[in-house]
Amino acid sequence: MTAATTTGLVSYEDAVRRYDPVLGIEVHVELGTRTKMFCAAEVEFGGEPNTQVTPVSLGLPGALPVVNGKAVEYAIRIGLALNCTIAESCRFARKNYFYPDVPKNFQTSQYDEPIAYDGWIDVELEDGAVFRVEIERAHMEEDAGKNTHVGGATGRIHGAEYSLVDYNRAGIPLVEIVTRPIEGAGERAPEVARAYVQTLRDIFRTLGVSEARMERGNVRADVNLSLRTSPDAPLGTRTETKNVNSFRSIERAVRYEVSRQAGVLDAGLPVIQETRHFHEDDGSTSSGRVKSDAEDYRYFPEPDLVPVAPSREWVEEIRASLPELPVARRRRLQTEWGYADAEMRDVVNAGAVDLIEATIAAGTSAAGARKWWMGELARRAKQDEVALEDLSVTPAQIAQLQSLVESGRINDKIARQVLDGVLAGEGDPEAVVVARGLEVVSDDGALLAAIDDALAAQPDIVEKVRGGNQGPVGAIIGAVMKATKGQADAKRVRELVLDRIGR
Amino acid sequence: MSTISRDEVARVAALARIDLRPDEVDRLAGELDVIVESIARVSEVATPDVPATSHPLPLTNVFRDDVPEPALPVQDVLAGAPQQEDGRFAVPQILGEE
Amino acid sequence: MTNDLTRLSASDLASALAAEEVSSVEATQAHLDRITAVDGDVHAFLHVASEEALETAARVDARRAAGEEVHPLAGVPIAVKDVVVTKGLPTTAGSKILENWVPPYDATLVERIKAAGLPILGKTNMDEFAMGSSTEHSAFGNTKNPWDLERIPGGSGGGSAAAVAAFEAPLAIGTDTGGSIRQPGAVTGTVGVKPTYGGVSRYGLIAMASSLDQAGPVTRTVLDAALLHELIGGHDPHDSTSIDEPVPGVVEAARQGASGDLAGLRVGVVKELSGEGYQAGVSARFDESLEQLRALGAEVVEVSCPSFAYALDAYYLIMPAEASSNLAKFDGMRFGLRVEPAEGPVTAERVMSATRGAGFGDEVKRRVILGTYALSAGYYDAYYGSAQKVRTLIQRDFAAAFAKADVLVSPTAPTTAFKFGEKLDDPLAMYLNDIATIPANLAGVPGMSVPNGLSDDGLPVGFQILAPAKADDRMYRVGAALEAALESRWGGPLLSQAPDLKTTELAR
Repeated sequence: MTAATTTGLVSYEDAVRRYDPVLGIEVHVELGTRTKMFCAAEVEFGGEPNTQVTPVSLGLPGALPVVNGKAVEYAIRIGLALNCTIAESCRFARKNYFYPDVPKNFQTSQYDEPIAYDGWIDVELEDGAVFRVEIERAHMEEDAGKNTHVGGATGRIHGAEYSLVDYNRAGIPLVEIVTRPIEGAGERAPEVARAYVQTLRDIFRTLGVSEARMERGNVRADVNLSLRTSPDAPLGTRTETKNVNSFRSIERAVRYEVSRQAGVLDAGLPVIQETRHFHEDDGSTSSGRVKSDAEDYRYFPEPDLVPVAPSREWVEEIRASLPELPVARRRRLQTEWGYADAEMRDVVNAGAVDLIEATIAAGTSAAGARKWWMGELARRAKQDEVALEDLSVTPAQIAQLQSLVESGRINDKIARQVLDGVLAGEGDPEAVVVARGLEVVSDDGALLAAIDDALAAQPDIVEKVRGGNQGPVGAIIGAVMKATKGQADAKRVRELVLDRIGR
Repeated sequence: MSTISRDEVARVAALARIDLRPDEVDRLAGELDVIVESIARVSEVATPDVPATSHPLPLTNVFRDDVPEPALPVQDVLAGAPQQEDGRFAVPQILGEE
Repeated sequence: MTNDLTRLSASDLASALAAEEVSSVEATQAHLDRITAVDGDVHAFLHVASEEALETAARVDARRAAGEEVHPLAGVPIAVKDVVVTKGLPTTAGSKILENWVPPYDATLVERIKAAGLPILGKTNMDEFAMGSSTEHSAFGNTKNPWDLERIPGGSGGGSAAAVAAFEAPLAIGTDTGGSIRQPGAVTGTVGVKPTYGGVSRYGLIAMASSLDQAGPVTRTVLDAALLHELIGGHDPHDSTSIDEPVPGVVEAARQGASGDLAGLRVGVVKELSGEGYQAGVSARFDESLEQLRALGAEVVEVSCPSFAYALDAYYLIMPAEASSNLAKFDGMRFGLRVEPAEGPVTAERVMSATRGAGFGDEVKRRVILGTYALSAGYYDAYYGSAQKVRTLIQRDFAAAFAKADVLVSPTAPTTAFKFGEKLDDPLAMYLNDIATIPANLAGVPGMSVPNGLSDDGLPVGFQILAPAKADDRMYRVGAALEAALESRWGGPLLSQAPDLKTTELAR
């Protein structure tokens, strides 16, 4: 029986009241280079097994590694974006361990000489609070192959009869980013963990170094957590949770581990230092195999490779070529768009920044773009349970829609009908208006005819209005709108009605 | 005094994934002991002021362009496989976790 | 006629081929016949590739007949040490764990040999994974020294040296990590060269110690070695540690050296390698060679390299450590031998251990375990880390010595060929065979062994010449000069004094 089954979970709120969580997060990102880290095998998602290997990535006798210069550049880019110092000289090292998905039975990685170190990154939480995460190091290494377990009840490792190995992934360049202990997050630790990985993901995409899709394994996170009785107390024993495959899972894993470890500590038992596995289905973590002796990796400098010593000129060239990073970009856009803090936060949280930017580029005002994306479109996205960017409407189309409203050709209410048409795939807003005949009646003659009809039907209103009470005009306007099926500019109708009555 | 004991040899053999018979462990312990004692002399001259040399020649920054070369044909990849299935290497059940 | 062809040096054979006095098919067949005749006794070859060799020979003959320009060595047969991967030809590294493994790719040096049109006669025997100094650690039986079939041919490249000494091939490829080309050269009366580290591509060499391994020529003359060195050497983008410069002018240096003028050359005798404790006949021949060099105009000076006293120790830490990691890939999962444990669960881990336990020989196990130990937690600084510092000291001593001398010399090996079994029970005694050759590997400098006479026991002795890194041409100049002078005194090559091997009747 493990401690987890004999001790209960403490409620999260209770646990964080009495314990101080300290996080450590390791993120691996697969670089989007064309070829592998140490050989020129082409990297493509989803190839047939073992069709993307060379003698080097297969680990055949006699093969030798040669460093992919692009991967080094990408690693430096990541290091600079994380405000790290880039090493003047660093070496690769062998991490020796036996495992069938590691073809050489050692991984070529970096040990005590990472290419980047001593950095930091500001992480914005949903409510706007900013948390600074310190980065200990970022280093280069290669990925392992993929095992598929065959046989056994669940298809997982235990109980499997044998495994099938595909080495297509073996040798793909990875950068591993390790944080310093993240302290002071308190009850917001789960959010901070999640936001940190999301921030990294956004940075990778902006830098163009990786597609950074967690669901494809481009970005992998291992979450370390320990509890202590107070911020002044020494660090507690930490556990490492692997197999955390989504942002939400990161948050859930942290919450669970806080609750679990609090339960263990409350029972007076020690937290066991171990690797744990996260379970998607119920958000729990379970013990991995406890190793009887810590794995001795026998690190030594890789003799088949020579040191990487990026010149300061090259580093500055790369720094100068870095694109604007997400946080800096958001701050700039907020100023340009004139949104209040809360407004901008909502936009960011809804994932609408790029969409609004594109809509503005297509000709809409900042206010107009926000009105649509955070209003009607956000409502529809929620209703259909999809992300904003997955709605079947483009920023250009929204820009067109808004411009139709602003020009008076349609009104807001009609615009929603037009939007229905666009989302249904009927074409651009312009085309939908024409096809469905939704254009606002702009011909005064036609309006006047409708107005006269309405006035004739409600003669007493004329008297009331002439008497000084403008209120009842609304009834006339309403009647006209009804008669025109809503395709009238209410403002113009009002003008004409008053004009008519005035006469 | 024995520097490398029988137990040490057994531990290291496990780390190196080499099955040894008991008589092999015994013999190795004796042989390695003699060797280790003599080579331990290196620490005498390896003072802190002497830097380590891991490469005979002072090369740095050897890179390759990110340009693909043809992969090995898959039948060549699997040709030497002791066991294969569905284009992949079949290996016995793995108990370890990484 | 057949006999004559196998007695020709590679250079003379190349001339005959170029003059179309003989075809490559004839020359190749002559060597294949010689292999059939004597290799039953010598056992230099693990695999003979008759068909492929004759095909290559025929293609070269056709190209020459068509008037195409071919490489100077085109059509000259060559043997390759079985530690070098050859596509389509079995490559075992002398080990059971790779028995019947056929590589799907060629080493870069093999690509160059094939591109030049040299027929590859086959793969030669060696100590398992190049670990040894006698070839007694081969999993496939001993190779015999053609001078005396009861004696070792040296190691780890005993097969290549024996093949060349027995006239089974005019050229062979060897690899040298601690002396595995040079020491066999010394004990078989042949020429062996270890180029500057990085001078010849290691891509396709089954790695033993990555920072020490180098491939090089095994031949009967210094000029032949130079010609082969030029062919296989040079930058390789597949090897990050290869030198990005052209091969030094080794052929020109060899031709020039043969003229016998060494005026102005300073020859440094390394005090620590001067032969104290070496066999009397070895030291005697060494001293005579020094006299010979003086007679050719060289100045002989004494230099001291005190850190060489620690070279053997550093080597036997660095080499096993790197080898233990390089040999981890032999685990029965992807290629080679797979052995299941006799009892208990059949897991990947247990199959790996059973495979390596059954597939590796004693010497390999010894070194892998020693190396794993030297790298393991808590021992790194004391062992591997310290050894890398000794390496620095050795490089510094070489640098200081080369400030006083253009080349450094010593006897290549402390003894002549010993009898089989003599040193098998005492690993340390076996390791001492490499005491003179090891420093060059640690520092990365080039080294050559040329035959310089017979010892009192009538067995060959070798003279080692070392040059600064990237100055390989210097040792070719000195080697060629010494060779010319000595052969002139002997009335022919040293090998002509070797006993004739008994030949097996050729089955027709």
